[in-house]
Amino acid sequence: MGGEGPSSVPLLRMAGITKAFPGVQALKGINLELWAGEVLALLGENGAGKSTLIKILGGAHQPDEGTLELDGKPLEIRQPADSQAAGIAIIYQEFNLVPGLSARENIFLGQEVTRAGFIAADEERDRVRELFARLGADIDPELPCGELSVAEQQEVEIAKALLQNARLIVMDEPTAALSPSEVERLLEVVGELKSQGIGIIYISHRLNEIFEIADRVTVLRDGGHVGTKPIGKFTRDSMIKMMVGRSLDQEFPKTAAELGEERLVVHGLSRGRRVREVSFGVRRGEVLGLTGLVGAGRTETARLIFGADHPEGGTVKLDGKELRIRSPRDAVAVGICLLTEDRKAQGLVLGQSVCENFGLPNLPSFARLGFIDQKREAKALDVHVDKLRIKLAGPDQTAGTLSGGNQQKVVLAKWLERNAEVIIFDEPTRGIDVGAKYEIYQLINKLAAAGKAILMISSELPEVLGMSDRILVMHEGRVTGEITDVAGATQADIMQLAVGTADMAA
Amino acid sequence: MKKFLQSKFVSEYGTLLVLLVLFAYYTAATWGVVHPVGDSAAREVVEKIIDQKKSARVVIVVRKGDDEQAFAKELKAQLQKAGSTVVQEVTGAPSDASDALRELGEKSQRVDFIATTHEAAANGVLNPKPGKEGDHSLHGLAKQHASLANAKVIEPNSYKWSHFLTRKNVLKIANHISYTAIIAIGMTMVIITAGIDLSVGSLMAFGAVVTAWMIQKWGGAADATTFSLIFFCLGGMGLCGLFGVFSGVMVTAFRIPAFIVTLGIMMIARGLAHIISGTQPISVDAQGFDWLGSQAAIPGVPNPVTLMILLFILAHILMTRTTLGRYIYAVGGNPEAARLSGVPIKWVLVFVYTLCGLFAGLAGIINASLFTSGNPKFGEGEELQVIAAVVVGGTSLAGGEGRILGTLIGALIIAVIYSGMNQTGVGEHMQKVVFGLLILAAVLLDQLKKRGFKLRD
Repeated sequence: MGGEGPSSVPLLRMAGITKAFPGVQALKGINLELWAGEVLALLGENGAGKSTLIKILGGAHQPDEGTLELDGKPLEIRQPADSQAAGIAIIYQEFNLVPGLSARENIFLGQEVTRAGFIAADEERDRVRELFARLGADIDPELPCGELSVAEQQEVEIAKALLQNARLIVMDEPTAALSPSEVERLLEVVGELKSQGIGIIYISHRLNEIFEIADRVTVLRDGGHVGTKPIGKFTRDSMIKMMVGRSLDQEFPKTAAELGEERLVVHGLSRGRRVREVSFGVRRGEVLGLTGLVGAGRTETARLIFGADHPEGGTVKLDGKELRIRSPRDAVAVGICLLTEDRKAQGLVLGQSVCENFGLPNLPSFARLGFIDQKREAKALDVHVDKLRIKLAGPDQTAGTLSGGNQQKVVLAKWLERNAEVIIFDEPTRGIDVGAKYEIYQLINKLAAAGKAILMISSELPEVLGMSDRILVMHEGRVTGEITDVAGATQADIMQLAVGTADMAA
Repeated sequence: MKKFLQSKFVSEYGTLLVLLVLFAYYTAATWGVVHPVGDSAAREVVEKIIDQKKSARVVIVVRKGDDEQAFAKELKAQLQKAGSTVVQEVTGAPSDASDALRELGEKSQRVDFIATTHEAAANGVLNPKPGKEGDHSLHGLAKQHASLANAKVIEPNSYKWSHFLTRKNVLKIANHISYTAIIAIGMTMVIITAGIDLSVGSLMAFGAVVTAWMIQKWGGAADATTFSLIFFCLGGMGLCGLFGVFSGVMVTAFRIPAFIVTLGIMMIARGLAHIISGTQPISVDAQGFDWLGSQAAIPGVPNPVTLMILLFILAHILMTRTTLGRYIYAVGGNPEAARLSGVPIKWVLVFVYTLCGLFAGLAGIINASLFTSGNPKFGEGEELQVIAAVVVGGTSLAGGEGRILGTLIGALIIAVIYSGMNQTGVGEHMQKVVFGLLILAAVLLDQLKKRGFKLRD
């Protein structure tokens, strides 16, 4: 769409933005233009500088150098309020919603409509309905946000931005936690916003979406501006190449390992409505893909196997022996590990060093009589840092300061050191850049080749199709289908199973 | 300046720096003339006497008090060793000295020297100002009695030094804070797991009372053997530890907030301490019971200080070198991530509350030993002192971070400020104000440190 908008001045212009943090040059002279009514995709690996750039726009960071212009007029953002006043809304991956308040209350939080000091709820409700109608959202404004689905919460966030007359909306990985149908719905909403003249900066690692909705693409790498081109000038491969600075042979480097006997056998696993009579087996050297819509019970199933939650029924066997797992500690002891989908909340102790995080499940093997052999621990970490190419300032670096991809690799390292027999990956590549994804796929191959049994939970259908030896699909707590001929299967086949037979229309 | 503030040195040793600055400040603020009393002062006086006269006849005049007595004892021993005669040793008020001298004068006993301390010399009787005939001063008496005519008053040389920075005062500070610091070890671990233990002050009283009661009832009272003393002291600690186990189980198994659980234990333990003791201190007259609180296994260092240092070293090793220490930090930093990594978080939590209870009991027994009685009023408000020491030492109440040695420094800072304020004449109520400001300053500093000394995020 370029400069063909109604005005010849871009909505937003960022010029020569630099920002340094102690020890890191996060941004090196970034230029960015956004026109009203266009979708600009911001692409780059983790640590490329996207988040920093967005935080500058949101007022969380101040640039060291460079200027911002809004409608051609200089704009200075010193704090989040300045950004909001300028009509910029940022929708982060973690929503800023109060779970106990209703959608309406959240949308009007801080700018309540009042009559004589009392909240005019009916007036607010009308406004919210109007906003939801603009988005095509079907949400009860009086339902507490905690009861809404992730997709609905996202729509509430967008409605909130519209209420504040946002002209520029930044979406940071908006589809990371959405199911395929919800993604479709979000892309419609984005199209709607665009047609209303709102400029959108869209950050995502999912190239499919970008090809579907972006008008132009700006690529960042290592804090530098690699280039900006209209979407038509890109192919999937050229986009990846531009991001990682080298070409990857293929997106999914699947190598088939020799399959052996069944190692992990789950039978009749149940807990509440989320997991109902789930049974399956994973063979030696096999990667079993487990997919389904969000809320289908995949993560819950994994947590039951791992002992993080207590099953109401069912058995888990490893190499023919029935296991009695009552806590993650028991699971770890018999050689089952779980790489959780939420690294920050469940995978890492963010305030502790990389080395301490790495050591956490491995201390029994590094310690003698309770005393930790810290040299041995550091040496073991070193091996994994090299092997997984983790970018670290040193083993004492605080885990919370690493980029998402490196955090995931640290989580991987700590479990690899355990040398587990069954490895459950829950969304192994969520929020991870293309280069790191590739490395993780290769690692999964290696683990399979070493005779491990691997359960890979993923919402990304290309990933499931590209990496699995066999695919299980869940719907509302049940296994609704199995795909053994992965090479011959399509995303549509999986979706059929994922929405359940009763819901064929979707 | 900002660079300096952000440096590792400041973040790691900031509190130590504060402690040293406080030491320097109070050393300067209490600078003045020091009149020594003690062994070396006594030897100095003996030397002076021998220099002037061999086999002198000496009267020793001191006042009441441990220091003066020790001075007199050493003086006597040294004089006799040097071949001098101690004619008489007078302890007490000026009139006692005057009476003794008159008596010697009347008996015509020759006195060459009167060896005394500064405080005793300043009492007027020994004042070298010319006195009138017939009055009670040495001068007056010397005019009446020839045998006293040549008596010279000798006292140790005084010199300029700080009243604060003396070995004795520093040991006193350390001794005074020892039991608070010992409890603070357990509290630091509890707070690192993002918990809190309000029951420690009451457990001190409970531990002291129940130990004293058991010794009196079952241990043979005054005839208690060393073995039974140790046995019942460990028993008292163990009961406090059981309260800790209870707190830990309530926190882990029933997910009751630690604040509430330990608030309950705080009331229960205090109430039980009063019930068991009948609200009166239970005296323990068994020999050796005072060993822990008021004796010194290492000469010159009171046992509570030795114990405190020992426990801090062990706790530091536990927290930095062992699996358990690592688990404690992990549980505080992110309990879910720790659990999913196979950390037995329930056991870790029960451990820290149990240890905190045990240490509270130990602190109570140290106090009981010091006063040779178990008092149900021990440790009132102690929990807040302990939490203050932990916080001043840089441990975050949010959990996950903090250091054991930081707590030791925090406790010492509090003790130094109190002692310094006492010596510089700051009133009790003002001390509270200063103490409150100290806690706020410590937390503020910690916050500023976290955000790199930027005023705005």
